[in-house]
Amino acid sequence: MKYVAEFRDAELVKRSAQQIRREVTRPWTLMEICGGQTHAILRYGIDELLPTEIELVHGPGCPVCVTPLEQIDKALALASLPNVIFASYGDMLRVPGSGRDLFSVRAAGGDVRVVYSPLDAVTMARENPDTEVVFFAIGFETTAPANAMSVYQAATLGLKNFSVLVSHVRVPPAMHAILGGEHNRVQGFLAAGHVCAVMGYWEYPPIAEQYRTPIAVTGFEPLDLLRGVLDAVRLLEAGVVKVVNSYGRAVTYEGNRPAQELIKKVFLECDRKWRGIGNIPMSGWGLRPEYAQFDAERRFDVSAIRSEESPICVAGQILQGQLKPPQCPAFGTLCTPQHPLGATMVSSEGACAAYFHYNKAALLSEVSNG
Amino acid sequence: MADVIKTAAIEGMVCPVPLRHAEKIVQGHGSGGKLMQDLIAKTFLAAWDNPILSAGNDAGVIPTQGVARLAISTDAHVVSPLFFPGGDIGRLAVCGTVNDVAMLGAQPLYLTVSFILEEGLDLSTLERVVASMHAAATEAGVQIVAGDTKVVGRGMADGLYISTTGVGLLPEGTAIHGAAAQPGDGVIISGSLGDHGIAVLSARGELGFETELASDVAPLNGLISEMLGASQGIHVLRDPTRGGLATTLNEIVRQSKVGIILKEGTLPIKPAVDAACELLGFDPLYIANEGKLVAVVSREDSSRVLEAMRSHEYGKEAAIIGEVVAEPTGRVLMETLIGSHRVVDVLMGELLPRIC
Repeated sequence: MKYVAEFRDAELVKRSAQQIRREVTRPWTLMEICGGQTHAILRYGIDELLPTEIELVHGPGCPVCVTPLEQIDKALALASLPNVIFASYGDMLRVPGSGRDLFSVRAAGGDVRVVYSPLDAVTMARENPDTEVVFFAIGFETTAPANAMSVYQAATLGLKNFSVLVSHVRVPPAMHAILGGEHNRVQGFLAAGHVCAVMGYWEYPPIAEQYRTPIAVTGFEPLDLLRGVLDAVRLLEAGVVKVVNSYGRAVTYEGNRPAQELIKKVFLECDRKWRGIGNIPMSGWGLRPEYAQFDAERRFDVSAIRSEESPICVAGQILQGQLKPPQCPAFGTLCTPQHPLGATMVSSEGACAAYFHYNKAALLSEVSNG
Repeated sequence: MADVIKTAAIEGMVCPVPLRHAEKIVQGHGSGGKLMQDLIAKTFLAAWDNPILSAGNDAGVIPTQGVARLAISTDAHVVSPLFFPGGDIGRLAVCGTVNDVAMLGAQPLYLTVSFILEEGLDLSTLERVVASMHAAATEAGVQIVAGDTKVVGRGMADGLYISTTGVGLLPEGTAIHGAAAQPGDGVIISGSLGDHGIAVLSARGELGFETELASDVAPLNGLISEMLGASQGIHVLRDPTRGGLATTLNEIVRQSKVGIILKEGTLPIKPAVDAACELLGFDPLYIANEGKLVAVVSREDSSRVLEAMRSHEYGKEAAIIGEVVAEPTGRVLMETLIGSHRVVDVLMGELLPRIC
């Protein structure tokens, strides 16, 4: 495929990895934020190409994984209501709430539909004026513009039967939480290129400065990932703290201004719980008061639902880069994508699912070799 | 891997109880993946187990008093929409069963058909489906010899469902089945992957973009005859339908107690399928095909079989995509373009588009 295949070229990838090997002199721990990057790393075996000095740890950038149990339980309650079409991104159907998932709700008669875009849910509301349509508006800065657009369009169209269950999260507060954490091991960040394509990277220099941690804005193809690693390693080796853009073909400093304005028009920063991590102050977006009529939590009175996670789940440590998936005793045995114990095994972007799908044989042989 | 990861000792940590979906049928039970395999093992095989069923092939082989054995297979067909680019539910119902019988090296001869029709279905729709079934049966050289029809109330079915059962003759000495793959064998695919699944998804109009892809639905018994004429060294034939190539190859490695290594650059995938998968977060290895087969062939006969396949209409884009290895047993691995390896696992439940 044009504009993609070039960035998977085997020869260039090997050369790029050699360059990193030549320049690295000390051990460095880098975190890739985004679950899409974790998957690309394992899918293409980038971790096998890197010198042993570089350890990649996996960040909390999987929207499905970090959506809190409480919001999932609210989704399950909404989807079970009569006369409600509950529309969701596909990944979310498999995430277990307290005892059920959206598949179970659908099998029990709930009208749960997968949409590829939130605007499809708006269309659904227009085509079914006597039915309530609720869209599960989750995700990072990447999905926020389209989710905001669905609310904006519903308002413009004067739709009375459309609402959203919002569970938006933002990357910069999560980086603060990780870098400021007691057990932080991260020395350099690969920032999520797609998030930055929307938001730019003007939010990152203060973070780099505050924690003395260099950041490379990084893409998703093998060559992009290696470029991000190389740039981060160069900064670390030189002792330079700053933010560099290693994904220039998609990201600018300012980002996509109209998208940011639309987000600001519809959403307001708010505290948000992250599954497995807990509350991170001002780490999410909720609806602005002027769009409160589109808030499904108000319309259907599910805001009272409170769910507590098992305090012994290790997904939180995995999402903060303190543990790797195979270090969980349940990984691959009690916990598989078919029977996920935690959200990180559920999503196609979850770190545990990535390890399970792409790397299990290697892990098994290492375990058996001692 | 660069950094060796040790597993932690099991102490103190217990995770929440997982969802097994053991009480109600969910869509994933029909996906062709692990949930469906579990359903077959725990519900059907547990009740009906016998050596013919538990051989786990696309068709059952029945000994007879005469000269040849019978190969029998049955399949229910549901698809939305009923008509899609490249085919329709009727062609699918004939080809699906013909192919399952043919995958044992048998010659498919007869089909029986049963319809479940929804009240209110246009008769002209049914007539189009029936005509399409006739055309497909004629192409495959099989006759439809028995049938049944039931009508259910409006809203109780999605237009129409078709079940077909196929019977074929299996010559003495033919031993093509899922447990026959041997280390050193070549793995051949008859053409491009994922055309049917993406064409049907696109025809549903839910993707937000359109493709010019057509389903590959086709009877493959003619192609198989050519292959069998070219070589005695064909060990396994399978059609990678639901669950895609990945799931089919995993079945073969498990039944044959071998491993398979695929080479990433060799897989034939149309640019439109590749692009649609890239956008939706799907992997073409898990997308359904309805007119493709995977053949496991002895190393010395691989190129001869490949040549025979390429000379047939339904095998023009055939390619050798990997080889059978002794270790790791029960695993399918992919050698990536950059020389690293990854595991290619079975599809778990329902195929879901990714969020971003």
